[in-house]
Amino acid sequence: MSRWLSDSAVERLREAADSPDLAGTRYRLIDKLGQGGMGGVFRVEDTALERQVALKVISVGDRESDWPARLLQEARVIAKLEHPGIVPVHDTGVLADGRPFYTMKLVQGKRLDEHVATIPGLSDRLRIFLRICDAVAFAHAHGVLHRDLKPGNVMVGPFGEVLVMDWGLSKLVGASRGAAAGPSGKNEAPVTEVVEQGTAHGSVLGTPGYMAPEQTRGEPSVDQRADIYSLGAVLQFLLADALSQPIPRALAAIRRQAMAADSADRYSSVQELANDVAHFLDGLPVSAYPEGPLARAWRWIVRNRAWILLLLAYMVTRALLIFFRPR
Amino acid sequence: MNKALLGLILGGVLGIFDGLTAWFTPAVRAQMLQIVIGSTVKGLIAGVLIGYFARKVKSLPLGIVFGLAIGLLLAYAVAAMPDPSGHHYYWEIMLPGGIVGTIIGYATQRFGQPAQTTAR
Repeated sequence: MSRWLSDSAVERLREAADSPDLAGTRYRLIDKLGQGGMGGVFRVEDTALERQVALKVISVGDRESDWPARLLQEARVIAKLEHPGIVPVHDTGVLADGRPFYTMKLVQGKRLDEHVATIPGLSDRLRIFLRICDAVAFAHAHGVLHRDLKPGNVMVGPFGEVLVMDWGLSKLVGASRGAAAGPSGKNEAPVTEVVEQGTAHGSVLGTPGYMAPEQTRGEPSVDQRADIYSLGAVLQFLLADALSQPIPRALAAIRRQAMAADSADRYSSVQELANDVAHFLDGLPVSAYPEGPLARAWRWIVRNRAWILLLLAYMVTRALLIFFRPR
Repeated sequence: MNKALLGLILGGVLGIFDGLTAWFTPAVRAQMLQIVIGSTVKGLIAGVLIGYFARKVKSLPLGIVFGLAIGLLLAYAVAAMPDPSGHHYYWEIMLPGGIVGTIIGYATQRFGQPAQTTAR
C-alpha cells in the first residue's frame, strides 16, 4: 500500500483503524491520549456518569495475539490494587469488533520525565520518589510486580498526586498469583522478551536502562528486586536531570545498592529502599552508606544546625557582654 | 508533651542558666539569688506565653518572631529595674533575653503536641 500512499497517509489510516468503535457502549470518543505498551489510550466521555475517563484498548493488529488476555489481566491487576498512587479502573468491556477495553480515571497531569524539569529541589524530587515507592511497595505486598517502572510510567498531577501507570507488564507472584490469574484461569507466563520502543506494534515490554539485568536476560526467577532495580534507575534519573548540586554520597550509595547488578546485593524490599531515602531526607544515617565518625558528626551538626546556631548566638552574646562590659 | 508545657520547662531551665551567667558580672554577684529567681520566673512566663502562641499559630517564622518579641519585652521589664547603685543593665539582660525567647519560639514550633481539635 505504501507504494501508492504516503507514510503519513498510511499512519492516519492506521490510527483511524485503531480508533475504537464505541457504538453500543456508554462511552463517546473525544481524542487519543497516547500509545501505551499494549494499545492506545483514549479520552472518552462516560455518558452515564457525565464525566471524562481514559479508555485503553489494544490495537486492531493485536486482536489475534495474547494481548486481549493481557489487557484484561492488566485491568484485573490494577482493580486489585486500590491505592492513591495507582490509577483506579472503572469498567471493562468488549468493543463491537471484539477488542477488549477497560476504562480508568483520567489523570490530568504530566509524565514524570516531562514534569521533572519543573521540580527544582532535591528534597521535592525525593518526596515524589517516595510516593512512587509507596505505590510499588503496596503492589508487592499484594503479589504484583510492575516490571516496567520508568519516569514515563509515572504521572504527576496538578495537585501533587503521583500515580504509577501502565501495569501491562505486571506479573503476579506468591500467594496472590492464583487469586488474580488471567482470564483463562491460568497464571500469566512471565514476559521474558525484550522489545525496544517503537516496534511495529508500538509496544514496550521493558525499557532498556530501567530493566534489571536478570529481567533483560529473561531469567525466570525475576522477583521484586527487579522493580527495586528499576526504582534505582528512576532515582538516578531524578538525581541526574537538571540538578546543579553534587549528589550527596549517601544518596549515591542508595542508588548504587538499588541498582546492584546482582539482585542479592540490592535492597530486599521497596520499603527498605524507601526507608533509606526517608532517612536521608531526615538527616538520619542510611543503611547503604556506613559512615565514619567525622561524617556522622558532620551530619549531626547539619541536622541540628538551627539549635547550634541559636546556642552559639547566645554564648557569643554572653561572652561579648562579659568581656566588653564597662569597668 | 504539649507546647505550653514544653515552653514552660524550657523557659524555666534556660531562665536558670541565664540567671547564673550573672556570676560573670562581679558588680551584681552579691544579688545572685534574686537574679536567678527573677530570671527563672521571667523564663517561665515567657515559656508559657510562647508555648501558648505555638499551640494557636503553626508557623516557624512567626513563632521565632513572637519568641524574640516576648523575650525582649520581659527582659526590658526586668532591665528597667535598676540595681542598688541605680545602674541599669539593658544590654546585659535584653540581648540574651531576646535570644532565649527565640530559642523557646523555635523549640515550641518544632516540637511538642499541637492543640487537639475536636470533630463535631
